[in-house]
Amino acid sequence: MARNPARPLSPHLTIWRWGPHMLVSILHRATGTALALGGGILFIWWLTALAGGEASYARFIDLMTSDATGRLNLIPGLVLFGLTWSFFQHMSTGIRHLLLDTGAGYELKINKMGAVATLVVSTTLTVLVWGAILMRGH
Amino acid sequence: MGTGTGIGRVRGLGSAKHGSQHWWRQRLTAGSNLLLLVWLIVSLLRLPLYDYRALMLWLSSPFTSVALILATISVFYHLRLGLQVVIEDYQHDFSRVVAIVALNFYAIGGAALAIFAILKIAFTGAAA
Repeated sequence: MARNPARPLSPHLTIWRWGPHMLVSILHRATGTALALGGGILFIWWLTALAGGEASYARFIDLMTSDATGRLNLIPGLVLFGLTWSFFQHMSTGIRHLLLDTGAGYELKINKMGAVATLVVSTTLTVLVWGAILMRGH
Repeated sequence: MGTGTGIGRVRGLGSAKHGSQHWWRQRLTAGSNLLLLVWLIVSLLRLPLYDYRALMLWLSSPFTSVALILATISVFYHLRLGLQVVIEDYQHDFSRVVAIVALNFYAIGGAALAIFAILKIAFTGAAA
């Protein structure tokens, strides 16, 4: 295909004032990418470790948790926390997109409220899930 | 109908009738992801995740393993469609082709690996 790379591009990210709708729009893409790669690889890793038998799953758990406290190590903990928030953020912006697909919610005020709501919902659900995990010990 | 240029060869043939397929399947798998992943998160939160036997028992139920296989197909199909759009937005020419091929390998290979692991556990795992 003939494409001229010298043609100018719209400076779309640099000239607009940021608002919640822009933020959640790019977050939908960023969290989707993080989930697709990070979440996907972790999911496959977890399942293949389980399928490999008891010793193989023990190695997986050993890598993820600390021997001293039995709790998640810092890095796996941060990754899982980030993926949990990414999931709920992607889920709420996804539901918002499904509603927008019906043609509803394009009025400026409602659109902005919906965008802010996705951030509130994702953060609340993440805190609830990790609260439940930390409360029961692991 | 011409035979020379690309546009000449396709002019007059009409659309390929697949214009809305990608858009629709992205939404279809969004819906199935929502159902299956909410189920998965609730199920996982009720399990002792460090306990091998509890997980094997959980996965040996047909309801669990089939739901997890469906979740794998739905998620990997959805991520293949989604990352395709991301790649098409930021990559051009040769690197776009390479990235799309790599994405297809990842989506199909990853899903196959996960489904095989689920089936292996379902068929051989739960010797309690």
